[in-house]
Amino acid sequence: MTDTPWDPSMPILEIDQLSISFFTRMREIPAVMDFSCKVMPGEAMGLVGESGCGKSTVALGVMRDLGKNGRITGGSIRFKGRELTTMTEEQLRQLRGSEIAMIYQEPMASLNPAMKIGAQLIEVPMIHQGMGRAEAMALARQIVEDVRLPDPDRILQAFPHQLSGGQQQRIVIAMALMSKPALLILDEPTTALDVTVEAGIVDLVKDLGRKYGTSMLFISHNLGLILDVCDRLCVMYSGEAVETGNVAQVFDKMRHPYTQALFRSIPLPTAHKTSRPLVAIPGNFPLPHERPNGCNFGPRCDYFAEGRCDQADVRMSALPEDDRHASRCLRWSEIDWDAPLAKVVTKEKAAIGEVVLKMEDLKKYYSVSSGSFGGGDEKVVKANETLTFEARAGETLAIVGESGCGKSTFAKVLMGLETATSGSIRLFDENVQSTPIQQRNTDTVSSVQMVFQNPFDTLNPSMTVGRQIIRALEIFKQGSSDAERHARMLELMDLVKLPRAFADRMPRQLSGGQKQRVGIARAFAGGAKVVVADEPVSALDVSVQAAVTDLLMDIQRENGTTLLFISHDLSIVRYLSDRVMVMYLGHVVEMGTTDQVFQPPYHPYTEALLSAVPIADTRVIRKRIVLEGDIPSAMNPPPGCPFQTRCRWKDQVPNGLCDREMPPVRQLQGAHQIKCHLSDEILAGMEPVIKLAGE
Amino acid sequence: MLKFLIRRISVMIFTALVLTFVVFFLTNLPPNLEKLARSEGSVRMTDDAVASWIVENGHGGPLLGRYAEWLGLAPGWTLTDEKGVTRGRCIDVYAEAGSAPTFCGILQGNWGISTFAKEPVGDVLGRSLGATGWLMFWVMMVMVPASLVIGILSGMREGARTDRVLSVFSIASTATPEYVSGVILLAVFASVNAGLSPLLRDWGLLSDRTLFYGTATSAMDKITFWNFALPVMTIALYGIGYISRMTRASMTEVMTQQYIRTARLKGVRFRDVVLRHALRNALIAPFTVIMLQFPWLLNGVVITELLFNYKGFGWTLVQAAGNNDIDLLLGCSVVAVLVVLITQLISDIGYVFLNPRIRLA
Amino acid sequence: MQDALSWGGIILRILQQFLPVWIALIATFALSLRFKRHLGLFGKLFDSPVGMIGLALVLFWVFTALFANMIITMDPIGQFGRTKNPLPGLPLTGVENPPYPYFLLGGDHLARDVFSRMVMGAREVLKIAPFATAFAFMVGVTLGLPAGYFGGKLDTALSFLANLVLAFPVILLFYLLVTPEIRDTGIPVYLAAVLFIFPVIFTCTVLNSRFHTDPPKRNLMIGVTLVIGLWAYSGLAFNLDPLGIWSMGPNLLNVFVSVVFVNAPTVFRIVRGLVLDIKARDYVAAGQTRGESAWYIMLWEILPNARGPLIVDFCLRIGYTTILLGTLGFFGLGVTPESPDWGSTINAGRKLLLLYPHAAIVPALALMSLVLGLNLLADGLREESLKD
Repeated sequence: MTDTPWDPSMPILEIDQLSISFFTRMREIPAVMDFSCKVMPGEAMGLVGESGCGKSTVALGVMRDLGKNGRITGGSIRFKGRELTTMTEEQLRQLRGSEIAMIYQEPMASLNPAMKIGAQLIEVPMIHQGMGRAEAMALARQIVEDVRLPDPDRILQAFPHQLSGGQQQRIVIAMALMSKPALLILDEPTTALDVTVEAGIVDLVKDLGRKYGTSMLFISHNLGLILDVCDRLCVMYSGEAVETGNVAQVFDKMRHPYTQALFRSIPLPTAHKTSRPLVAIPGNFPLPHERPNGCNFGPRCDYFAEGRCDQADVRMSALPEDDRHASRCLRWSEIDWDAPLAKVVTKEKAAIGEVVLKMEDLKKYYSVSSGSFGGGDEKVVKANETLTFEARAGETLAIVGESGCGKSTFAKVLMGLETATSGSIRLFDENVQSTPIQQRNTDTVSSVQMVFQNPFDTLNPSMTVGRQIIRALEIFKQGSSDAERHARMLELMDLVKLPRAFADRMPRQLSGGQKQRVGIARAFAGGAKVVVADEPVSALDVSVQAAVTDLLMDIQRENGTTLLFISHDLSIVRYLSDRVMVMYLGHVVEMGTTDQVFQPPYHPYTEALLSAVPIADTRVIRKRIVLEGDIPSAMNPPPGCPFQTRCRWKDQVPNGLCDREMPPVRQLQGAHQIKCHLSDEILAGMEPVIKLAGE
Repeated sequence: MLKFLIRRISVMIFTALVLTFVVFFLTNLPPNLEKLARSEGSVRMTDDAVASWIVENGHGGPLLGRYAEWLGLAPGWTLTDEKGVTRGRCIDVYAEAGSAPTFCGILQGNWGISTFAKEPVGDVLGRSLGATGWLMFWVMMVMVPASLVIGILSGMREGARTDRVLSVFSIASTATPEYVSGVILLAVFASVNAGLSPLLRDWGLLSDRTLFYGTATSAMDKITFWNFALPVMTIALYGIGYISRMTRASMTEVMTQQYIRTARLKGVRFRDVVLRHALRNALIAPFTVIMLQFPWLLNGVVITELLFNYKGFGWTLVQAAGNNDIDLLLGCSVVAVLVVLITQLISDIGYVFLNPRIRLA
Repeated sequence: MQDALSWGGIILRILQQFLPVWIALIATFALSLRFKRHLGLFGKLFDSPVGMIGLALVLFWVFTALFANMIITMDPIGQFGRTKNPLPGLPLTGVENPPYPYFLLGGDHLARDVFSRMVMGAREVLKIAPFATAFAFMVGVTLGLPAGYFGGKLDTALSFLANLVLAFPVILLFYLLVTPEIRDTGIPVYLAAVLFIFPVIFTCTVLNSRFHTDPPKRNLMIGVTLVIGLWAYSGLAFNLDPLGIWSMGPNLLNVFVSVVFVNAPTVFRIVRGLVLDIKARDYVAAGQTRGESAWYIMLWEILPNARGPLIVDFCLRIGYTTILLGTLGFFGLGVTPESPDWGSTINAGRKLLLLYPHAAIVPALALMSLVLGLNLLADGLREESLKD
């Protein structure tokens, strides 16, 4: 391939039939196959797909940074008309950082811990433009201002660990912009950040893209974010692009079964757990060496046609009437894309029973010593402040908040891993606030169980799945003999819809979703009445999330379990919970039924949180509220209202009350309560954050 | 920082007290004292005579009291015999009975008398530490740069051929304790009948009997390459293996970090990635390791000094232990323990300075 | 009168003497390679050349120790002939019915056969090093688990103790601990009494935490453990075994105890660090929320998942222990003078090193190759356990 002269009417980046493989001792693992896409100047291209679909590999392929084992096995990548796949290391080096820059997921890990921020920033223009030190420093200062960081001079002199996560990501962005690259690759840039911080970063990226005219390749698993940021997108599945087109077309007129299934499995505001439940994609993502013949999505596809879809590899076909819209589906023209869901199973709402859990004025304080060598003063972290609520049998109570809000501490106190500082917890009419788990009786322990967040961590890697469930049965005194317990374990495997043969497998042989199911089976081993689910699906891929969520709710419906669902994801909370409790820095700032919380009047924090969550629906119109700054540390909370440092309504409260006084808990209509100084009139005047177009 | 230092140093002093007490206890066990009595008095002493000798020479009494005397926190023992001659811990050697100080322990700089060298322990230790100091100096000069270079070269490209070759070398050298490497080096370079020397002599390239000197005794007076290279290499070799393995591990870990990729994708040259971005982070771990190597180096020093007959600290320690020279052995122990504790302190402080992530309260 | 053997002849004859070892090695490797996919981590070792070389070296010495009686050419402590320091390959003269016609690798200053002493030395070393290391691991694990898991005052106290031992220069400790005088005071026996009880406590805790839900089974298993454990304990620590099966000479006990004592704090630190890392995992929290006892969580949830680094360290530590034993021998501490262990032989050989290096070089190379094998094995294990 020869390099062609480039002018701005041509694509910045043109990837043509790219294939990338990783080579292990055993075999070649194709990670990306026959991938093509074009990014025009000033355009933002989204790459979306589940983990393992090859989207990050494409990005690293463009950077030609595939490590020792990765190799480009075919196709071409042209940047401004220059062929990247055949470039020498030296040519690449001159391109990297100056023309193409990259931003990654973990901001802390991307910054050198032993170098000052300034030194890391000025390196870029000093290498590529041969700029002098002073000049580069001035430029760095200007860019740091551009990424809206306060006090740039201090920041340039700081080490990375002295900044918060959001600030670090802004620095990474500043570093990428130091020599005004033509193409910016962002690999899940906000996944490690809290939602309200993410919103700020997304805004920044969009503005800067516009200001500098930079093209972007934006990689994410979150369709909502793609809708926010990108002009065009490319949906990937198992190493291939399956659908590509501009955002509006793909979102509203999808022409590939996988895209359609993906949208049906994510909790959009239109979904509802009883009337319009989510539809999980059946089966599992194929491993790279177990890909089927023909269409990779075939085995999981509703429109699968035997003898056609499982024959030859499927090529991308362009959709004639649209703008560069293409789909890798043989049957795209035959399928009735607007047909309503065939098998909508509407489910009955579970009956809500009596109160099983009642917390009153619960407080949990920790004392920690600051400083790394035990010196320094003791500080008190107020992890939970005056929590009061009750939960009923069969009810789903969602606990929502970002990092540091105290939701995990609350779970620990309830489980008995920590004891409360003050206040009371009544569990089935028994006071347990000061009973650590060792002193609780087996019944109490087995009736309150927990489902954990990280599927890769929830099971002991060196014990078989069956053995772990049997251990739970043993400790909960279920069954009288080993044989009985074994039988009960198999029933539990059925309950969570896992094949019985999995009982003899080791956890590493299971996928993330399957492990999470085992975790659920283990939690229900003793017939749990109250289950605390700590972000049970947030680490799973969207298509698996729906299935696991469904499973949890099915079991809940059958057993009348109380589900305490801890999450930061408001979409899923809206979908499955009956009541919602919003927490910020240890305080419950708002509580009510799901409808009450998701409709005005809001607590200012809830309002911002709702506005920050990206929603993958083109009909949704959101009001943009971007919070200033970061979440304060729980070690050092602000005086007065905990949210006052970031609240946009603060000036509506007279006399600086927010700075001085903790707002009281106010009862609004029904059981809706809110912790805010705002007057009733202002609250009543609030507008909904999310509206469906045409409503 | 000050608070941290004070805490750290008080822990260190406490540790030193405990350790010296243990040493004091172990060197002043009854069998050792009996042996001392027989060697100082007469071999044919009766058991009763031995017992009274022990009491008369201040080795009776409770252990803790004797320890305090030795430290200089309690008044030294005195004893007036039938003839009216007063002897005591502080009297015999240092002063006349009348003008003798009450306290004379190591805190007052009074380390006792070596029964083996017939000299004050302080003098013996001073001389031998001086000799060992030179040895350690050259060991450090060889060991630290060599192991860091080897570690960094093999860690910067994990799995490359340089890495494989250097790794095998360093693994092999960690498998070679000083008494093995010393023997091999001596056999190859300093043996009359084997190794290189006979060959070189045959070819007429060597006029002396051996290429290197087989002992380092002459280095006590004047250090030359020919009398000092072998002992220095003997100690350094084992350390090089260990430290370069640590450096390599630390370097390979750093090289897989995201920020190294960031630097690479910023367009930084590979050389600068290694030197500017990786090196400082990669050196934090080896620094502490080098400092914590001192207890091991002491091992090497003892073996090497014995093997090369170099009368330094290690040689003295062996002589003291072998001749039941209690005061000298105690002195050696105090020095050894202090060296270890002080290097640990330096390692901790250095870690804090090298690692900007640690903030001090 | 025969001529001295040439180097080629010496090598051929040595290879021939090692025949049982070659057969055992080839059999082991053939079987392992055949079934390597079913052997877990051990099987994976055969994917790494470094690991295979290491394993071969280690197995060579293990088999040598096993078949030592078949390999040696002469009695390792017997003196043959009147020639002092015979050179390698020298024929044996002046002896009626010589057990073997040559000094394959020469003889030492007492005209003892260097080759046979080296072979027997392997047995001496491999009799102590692995077991001493295993004991050190028991002690380190039993103390490191609670220190890391509970933290707080217990951790502070145990860590202080560990640091105390670590701050002691090893050589000084040996000079103080491994002396004939100290044996008279009974200190080694007290130390042994403390250190040797750990395996018994460890096994009982393992069984109790796992089976306390099923008391009859638990009682049976713990009963058996106690009977066997305490029987061995009484024999090893106090030499009081009524049946006389378990016993350890005072010299050996002293050496053994000192080596365990020196190694245990390092193991403690490693285990403690691993526990601090693993205890933050969700499956530990899951164990806690279902009300498992702390010891169950430590022994059954945490320890099995720390096995990778521990196995690697175990290999390295056997090597380190071998070096320590050599050091002891080199200083002539603790072991009987005529013992063929490598350290003592090097010590005996070093006096005439500049004239007759072979007496010291042979055991030195033997020791080095065993430790090298263990290090390479550890390296291979680490590399393979990090993969997938």
